[in-house]
This record gives sequence, structure tokens and C-alpha cells, in this order.
Amino acid sequence: MKVLVAVKRVVDYNVKVRVKADNTGVDLANVKMSMNPFCEIGVEEDIRLKEKGIATEVVVVSIGPNAAQEQLRTALALGADRAILVECNDELRSLTVAKLLKAVVDQEQPQLIILGKQAIDTDNNQTGQMLGALTGYAQGTFASKVEVAGDKVNVTREIDGGLQTVALNLPAIVTTDLRLNEPRYASLPNIMKAKKKPLEIITPDSLGVSTASTVTTLKVEAPAARSAGIKVKDVAELVEKLKNEAKVI
Amino acid sequence: MAILVIAEHTNVALGAATLNTVAAAKAIGGDIHVLVAGAECAAVAEAAAKIDGVSKVLLADNAAFAYQLPENIAPLIAEVGKNYTHILASATSNGKNILPRVAALLDVDQISEIIAVESADTFKRPIYAGNAIATVQSNAAIKVITVRGTGFDAVAAEGGSASIEALTVGGDVGISAFVGEELAKSDRPELTAAKIVVSGGRGMQNGDNFEMLNRVADKLGAAVGASRAAVDAGFVPNDMQVGQTGKIVAPDLYIAVGISGAIQHLAGMKDSKVIVAINKDEDAPIFQVADYGLVADLFEAIPELEKAL
Repeated sequence: MKVLVAVKRVVDYNVKVRVKADNTGVDLANVKMSMNPFCEIGVEEDIRLKEKGIATEVVVVSIGPNAAQEQLRTALALGADRAILVECNDELRSLTVAKLLKAVVDQEQPQLIILGKQAIDTDNNQTGQMLGALTGYAQGTFASKVEVAGDKVNVTREIDGGLQTVALNLPAIVTTDLRLNEPRYASLPNIMKAKKKPLEIITPDSLGVSTASTVTTLKVEAPAARSAGIKVKDVAELVEKLKNEAKVI
Repeated sequence: MAILVIAEHTNVALGAATLNTVAAAKAIGGDIHVLVAGAECAAVAEAAAKIDGVSKVLLADNAAFAYQLPENIAPLIAEVGKNYTHILASATSNGKNILPRVAALLDVDQISEIIAVESADTFKRPIYAGNAIATVQSNAAIKVITVRGTGFDAVAAEGGSASIEALTVGGDVGISAFVGEELAKSDRPELTAAKIVVSGGRGMQNGDNFEMLNRVADKLGAAVGASRAAVDAGFVPNDMQVGQTGKIVAPDLYIAVGISGAIQHLAGMKDSKVIVAINKDEDAPIFQVADYGLVADLFEAIPELEKAL
């Protein structure tokens, strides 16, 4: 079966972002950009499905600026077969991204669609679920285990208080959580090979999707800073402070 | 304006997070209705009817809703929610799972994890792991929102006397099924609801050493959490993770043990009232946010702390 994985180009997770002085957003000039960590887990999962002989083709798609080709090439180097970039420079909301992905899904007809549970820039945690609504497919979010069995996929999900397993009819949508797998690194020969793999660039217009949104960001501010307190010399002083000064125990 | 709040519950008991979400609804202002969708969950509807400020409870009692499968519940919420200006759910794993599906069915954007209400259409929410706070405005006809509980003080669970109306809409869409669940059995309070949280990081070295934290937690009536590093290293399960990609907590007292203080962890706990850090590395970033820092080997300090309590 064909599987599809969506990846997002985001600020690298090691970068400490700063809010711009004019409060219009965060400063992304000259900042290292990478594949969203949850998307990396999604790519790894699809590649493992191919290695197990379950998936026959892994298609990777990204929606973002031209530079997102870099993240698509990374996915190709990791083992994806083919890439699609829906090129768009506007900042898109999750619903628009889901609509664009729906249009790609209609064309590609994958049996399993994997996405990261959230992007570490907007922290929305919406796109997979929205794609579920738009396609009418079942969703297994926050997955820590994915097992394809016949025309179903069993997904074990990380929920508050433990784990839940659901059986979903295929085609289905899965969003990844941290423990699903540990992504591999791309080897140099595979990075070279990835340069020759197909990468198609299309536009939202060609998919017939409007990028308008009902949400506007008015301003972006730094959070209230928390200042360092005092150092205590031993456990006895700590307990004394917590009891008598902070009065929390 | 009429606001629909989706109740968080276990079919037998109302989840505490619902009270924070009702508080957010109050801040928006308007008539507040609560939807209880589940199976054999009449007791939850009765509890919801007592919440301060709620004027009506809608009860959708159907076997198809027993396990909160989003494929079955989202169409119900979208159908019921058409008559409201706002649909609010708690930003729990359940709320996060279901609500975006509802928003897409209604063809509106969702606003995730708000921490403050500026007006009926303007909200504050953290982005970039809490390193920035965005103020966003929505002109959608129906505003679909998840609420981060730590941003709103819970309303009183008692004092209201809402009417309860049974609904008969919705059912099994037939594309998903519940197989099973493994819930951690613990007498300790839930992480997001606990007044005190004791968390361990990579410095704990292995899962067995968390037993030391459990003993301290039991003396304090605290919940036990962990950093992503401790989860990634396989010491403890992911549902204990405090941080941007795990649970967001804001207890009265947060004790970070052997946690360096990565941005991703701080995002999950920096709104705690009092923060204590115990770490042998005096340059660890956690000390920059701690009210009380103790530079010490945790394997000596924690047993000592247990005795001192």
C-alpha cells in the first residue's frame, strides 16, 4: 500500500527563539531551521513500514516556503521515495494546511497518512484531526505504536493516565507521539541518492484551496520572566523555607 | 452569546479540568451550556448541572460515545455546536483529540490552548513552547477553542442548578473501534490537578530510582512527573512527562530533581507558584527559574528530604 507522511519546516528545537521588538512575531532571521521533530518520527515510521514490506511507496509532502525542499530532501535521504512541495510563503493556519493535504490525499490515494502530533512553532496540535474530518477517515492521534493488520490499523495512543488502543479502518490517519520510534540518521550515500529522487512543486491554487483564514495574530510578546530565587545550603534549610517562608508544605 | 463547554469525564465522574474550562467560558461571558457525551453517564450530567454558572446540561448518552472515539463524537459536537457562538473543550488528551475534528467539520479555524480571554473574540495563547505569547483574534462565526486549565482558576463545582436535556442525535459512524486501555493505577493525585508535583530528570539515572521520588511524593500528597529526557531514556512512561510536548502543570509547589531545565521542560512548569530545584550542577538552567535552589547530589538530598518531611 501507498503511505503518505507530512513534514513541516520549523525552527530547530535547540534554538531559543526571541520575540521581535515590534511584537509582530518571533525573530527567525538567520535561525537554524529543521524538520519538526514529530514529523521526523512520522517519516521514520513510514520507512519502517516499507522495510517490513507493508508499505510499497512512501510519499512525503510539505506545505511551506521554497526552502522546505531542504526538509523534503532530508526525508528522501531517510528513505522516502518521492516528495511533493505545496509552495506557499504565507503563514498558514492548520485548517488550510489540512485542506491542502486533503487535496493531495485525493490525488495520491494513500492508505495510511502519518503526521506529527504538533509542530513546535505554533503548537497547535490540529492538522491530523482536521484532515480526519475532511477526508472522513478515522484518526489515531498521539501514537506510540502502529500495527497494520489486513484492512485495519491498530494504534496505541498516549492519553492522560496511560495508553489506549483503537482499531481503525484503512485508509486512516495517524499522528505521532515521542515514543513511537527513534528516528535514524541519513547516511552520506543516501543523502547523495536523495538528490536524484523526484520532488514535485505545486501551488495551493493548483489544488483549488484558498489560504484565507478567520484568525489574525494581533501581537506576539515575550512571556513574563521568572527571576532566580535563592540558593539554600542544605535540605534542612530547604524544608524550613518551604514551611515558614513559602508556606507550601 | 451562548457557549457550549464539552465536559471532560470518565462516564462515572466529571473531570476537574471541566471547571477550568467553564471559568474560561465565564470570562468570555454569555449563557453557558455543558455537553456530556458518553455512555451511562447520567451521574456526570448531574454533577455538571451543579457547576457554578452553568444554565443547561445536554446529555448525549449512547454506547457509541463510551470511549470518546472522535469519529463518533465530533459529528455530535458539530451538530449541537451549530447553535452556539463558542465551543470550548479542555486541552486534555481527549479535548485535543476531538475538537480540531469538530472545527474542521464546521469549517472554522481552531484556537488551541488559550491561557487568557481578552474579549469574546480575542485570546492569548502560548507558541514556541511558551517562549512567546500570541494574542489572536477570530472572526469565525463559531469560535472553537481548547482551554489550558492552568490559565483559569476553577469555578465552584457546587452551587448551580442547571436543567438537564437528553439528546438523541449521533451514533456509531463505524470506522473505528475501541480495543483496550492500560491506565496507570495510582493513589497519587493526577499530575495536572496536584497541588504539589515532584519531578525527576535524567539525573535519576534509571526508572527504579524514581521510587525515591515516589516516597517523597507520598509524604507530601504530591504527583510524580518527569522531564522529556527521563521519558526518552525509558525511565518512566510518557504520561508522566511535564513539558511542551507533555503535561502543562502549575502547582503550588514544583520540585525538580536532577532536571537541567531544558526550554521544553520549563514550558510545562514555569507557571508553578514555588519552584524548587535540586541538582548537582550549579550552572543548570533550572536554577534560573527556581525560587529555592539546592546544589547537591540528589542521591543524598532526596533520602534526607524524605526523612525531614
